[in-house]
Amino acid sequence: MALEDVCSFKERPVQHKWFSFSSLGDAAIPFPKSDYYNLRLETSENNCGVPLHFFIPPLPHSSSFINRPLSSFCPPKNSMTVQRPFRLAHGTTTLGFIFQGGVIAAADTRASAGGLVACPAVHKITPIHSHLVVTSSGSGADCMLWERILIREIRLYQLRHGHRLSIRATAKLLSSMLHPFKGTEMCVALTLCGWDNGPKLIYVCSDGARLQGDVFSVGSGSPYAYGVLDRELRWSLSKGEAISLAREAVFRATHRDAYSGNNVDLFHITAQGWIVTVMRSVKTNLCAHEKKPRNL
Amino acid sequence: MLSSQHFGDPGKMKDYHYTGPVEHKFSPYAYNGGTVLAVAGEDFAIVASDTRLSEGYSIHSRDSPKCYKLTDTTVLGCSGFHGDCLTLTKIIDARLKMYKHSNNKTMTSGAIAAMLSTILYSRRFFPYYVYNIIGGLDEEGKGAVYSFDPVGSYQRDTYKAGGSASAMLQPLLDNQIGFKNMESVEHVPLTKDKAVQLVKDVFISAAERDVYTGDALRICVITKEGINEENIPLRKD
Repeated sequence: MALEDVCSFKERPVQHKWFSFSSLGDAAIPFPKSDYYNLRLETSENNCGVPLHFFIPPLPHSSSFINRPLSSFCPPKNSMTVQRPFRLAHGTTTLGFIFQGGVIAAADTRASAGGLVACPAVHKITPIHSHLVVTSSGSGADCMLWERILIREIRLYQLRHGHRLSIRATAKLLSSMLHPFKGTEMCVALTLCGWDNGPKLIYVCSDGARLQGDVFSVGSGSPYAYGVLDRELRWSLSKGEAISLAREAVFRATHRDAYSGNNVDLFHITAQGWIVTVMRSVKTNLCAHEKKPRNL
Repeated sequence: MLSSQHFGDPGKMKDYHYTGPVEHKFSPYAYNGGTVLAVAGEDFAIVASDTRLSEGYSIHSRDSPKCYKLTDTTVLGCSGFHGDCLTLTKIIDARLKMYKHSNNKTMTSGAIAAMLSTILYSRRFFPYYVYNIIGGLDEEGKGAVYSFDPVGSYQRDTYKAGGSASAMLQPLLDNQIGFKNMESVEHVPLTKDKAVQLVKDVFISAAERDVYTGDALRICVITKEGINEENIPLRKD
């Protein structure tokens, strides 16, 4: 930072452990940084693509902790976090599937924190670039931040290498960025839906899973969505049929799952890029269904 | 003054019967109550908070507002654990100054929101126990409200209530400002005076039903002329 350079400010390392988790191109950071208050005190030569610094609280039985060999990418496991007195945003239904017309990605828009609906209009599908969207489920803050980090890394790769990273490589990159957090309470389950030389659908999860497939549904409402999808999903669906199938699947899941609800976001990805369909409230679907005569 | 309450239920003490030996662990968090609210209009934004600071059954202060002025066009409201609120606002002030000195301009509301998100997430494994709401004017002069969860997930809203009475106030705001759950109602755009009156009414209701909200109300109205602060007394019981 300019002010720090002008003052020739050099920070002394403190005993608090501060691990930095970096991505591409950054080999071992030799010493834990000491930016305790997150003031971004980095000297100019250290600005080598570290996306985020995390503060890890020192464990109560810290003797064993200090003697551990310092591996820079490994946060300490087993209950390293402090007991939190609040709930985080969780609970969702997202789905994605491939058909002859491209890829469909759909999700509900409810963010719940414990029993409260923290936000009724969250966007769980985020575009990464013109031919790739990612649907997120798990903890809201984790997904939001990791999507931001992924967008940044993809853009940097494109600028450095002159071509866009393939979707399979993007999934592998994301998986390796999440790997240091395996075993912590971070919960991120993303589905990459995109097009490069053909439709692609890859599921990446903070437990380490990375799976390519034709249909995925993730979240607390996913069993209900799978039930609807498995019945009618075919390769030869038309675009209108596929969109209404995705919407129906999310609607049924919101009907049965308490933690999913509100609106349905829908993205359609083709060779030309992604198109978003206008959000419609699930109340519209509900009214349409109520009008149908019931066969008992 | 160490409080020995269990922080799963803020303010509730365990019943007076023997449940077996209990190990008490030191918790680094405390819950100090308070409610914050923000509303965005066409060319204004309002951030309001009560001024009661409580812990368990005690009131520490009746004059501890939870609105913090960040720039001429942005106000931050934070409720939750007061210690973390103070540290967080100090860090944000420092980062604002650093930005100003490096880039020779003030941070915009959207930029402050994005920065706060990364500050909160950097403490993902030992979070700041703070519920933040930022209210201000965006680059075009329109009102903007950004609401956060304690670990940094955020989004832009038109209105948001946070803190102890948030579950009571949010449905009321959905109805009155968002015109939700009402049939055949004309969507009248919100004027500044109507919004201020609504905020006062809403806090009076919150003080009636929530024990952690009360004493006084501090309203900050942000327009392009600047920030105007107003203090209104509330129930003190």
